[in-house]
Amino acid sequence: MSRPLGESHKRFLQTMMVNGIIDGAKARALHRHCCETHGAHYAHDKLDEFIEVINAQLQPMFMQIRKGMSEEDGLQYHALVNMAETDVTRMSTDYADNELELFRKTMDLIVDSDNGTASSTDILNCADSLQTKKLKKRETEHVLNRLVQDKWLNEKNGDYSLSTRCIMEMEQYIRMLYQDQVKVCHICHNVALQCQMCENPTCGIKIHTPCVARYFKGRTDPRCPACEDFWPHEIPDVYRPPSSQSETQSAAKENTAPTPRSTAQTRRTRRS
Amino acid sequence: MSQRKRASNTQSSQNKGSQRWEAVLGDDEDDPSFTQPSTSQVQKGLDRLTPAQVDLKTAEVVQFIFVKDQKKFPIRRADIVKHVVKEYRNIYPEIIKRVGCVFETVFGLKLVEIDSKNHVYILINKLEQGVTASLVFPSNPKTGLLFVILSIVFMKGGVVKESMVWNTLKKLRVDQGERHEIFGDVKKVVTDEFVRQRYLEYVRIPHTEPLEFEFRWGQRADMEVSKVKLLEFIGQVRHCRLPG
Repeated sequence: MSRPLGESHKRFLQTMMVNGIIDGAKARALHRHCCETHGAHYAHDKLDEFIEVINAQLQPMFMQIRKGMSEEDGLQYHALVNMAETDVTRMSTDYADNELELFRKTMDLIVDSDNGTASSTDILNCADSLQTKKLKKRETEHVLNRLVQDKWLNEKNGDYSLSTRCIMEMEQYIRMLYQDQVKVCHICHNVALQCQMCENPTCGIKIHTPCVARYFKGRTDPRCPACEDFWPHEIPDVYRPPSSQSETQSAAKENTAPTPRSTAQTRRTRRS
Repeated sequence: MSQRKRASNTQSSQNKGSQRWEAVLGDDEDDPSFTQPSTSQVQKGLDRLTPAQVDLKTAEVVQFIFVKDQKKFPIRRADIVKHVVKEYRNIYPEIIKRVGCVFETVFGLKLVEIDSKNHVYILINKLEQGVTASLVFPSNPKTGLLFVILSIVFMKGGVVKESMVWNTLKKLRVDQGERHEIFGDVKKVVTDEFVRQRYLEYVRIPHTEPLEFEFRWGQRADMEVSKVKLLEFIGQVRHCRLPG
């Protein structure tokens, strides 16, 4: 479908470039806002087609707007991802060699962990043994802050995890680099870092925490979908964002639409 | 695109990535060996390449310009040629034509050569920007500051003395003498950053003692900011409130 883009598509794309990643509700509101601003035909259930038209034009530029699920809240997000480089070198315009090495090591820790996080203590230890050039404690904290600000990492209580945008953009790279070492969700088949695991030693399948919430919702006797052993972990509630209860309600919220800046900027810039 | 990074390997890794980029990419002299190839040269060059090669090079230039545009400073043709186009320089006019086309048809942006002598470009937004929207959903607080100044200049017929701008800003609790909580060194932002980004012009008034300057709209503001929309904004806002 290689249709030329209308102004509504371009506005949507510009907003994606500024924000980098937006949640499903904002994406629907933005879709509506863009269509209404430019008098384009709007149908609330045609967001995917709308994005496909944009993606057809983005493909020669090695960019795509992709959908993905957040491991934190299980919600769907849309992110503008760069397809050209399947390595962390995509970040190398903003980060020095040793900072990238630290990021790679942080990623190693996260992939290797049980709970998809790396503690700041462990990261600081890595900083001390970098091959390129060591980073001091303060420098490490500074780099980690930037990585969080630039939406590559999330931080909670001193623990770091890969952001949704990071996983979406680097999924291919992660699979290629870590191969069998990386966990994959049995339900949705995507890379699973924050997940629960079947305790049966001959089974050991992994399920994303939000996928657990959805799959086992309402079940009093949760069983592993692969080996039927009792699922021993706490089943979280399905996360409901506070503002919306249903699809149509959130789409109607016009004032949640993010708007592009008066001048377009790429998403890579957060710090001015 | 990773070839670009290889070229900067000689820099020690203690340089921040962005500084390394500036050393490699910024403020080079205009490449004296680059002269615009003729139409027949371009055609010959195209004949020797596959469409896929040309497409890939186009995509690389687009990415490069997006990266360079982050700070909103003008982009030099010399940098584009030296760091991305490279051996494809004999088809440069064709590449830049396609790049311009991509910016317009896909992103709603326009690549404008603002200096045809020094061959310098800026990337402007072709989509109409609601002035109020940019202020109600500000992603960059400096936008508010900029619009206030553009409004002042506009209301004064297109040119205004520097002192008038500072007096007005002072009433909004933005003082060039004091470090602002959000804008930092306000004088630098207004007289250096906004000027380099081509939003404002900061021009010496001749024969003034002591030296005085005046502000005008810059080329980027002329192209991007709709005066009609700005008037609407001025009409709507009675008390301009800047962040902080």
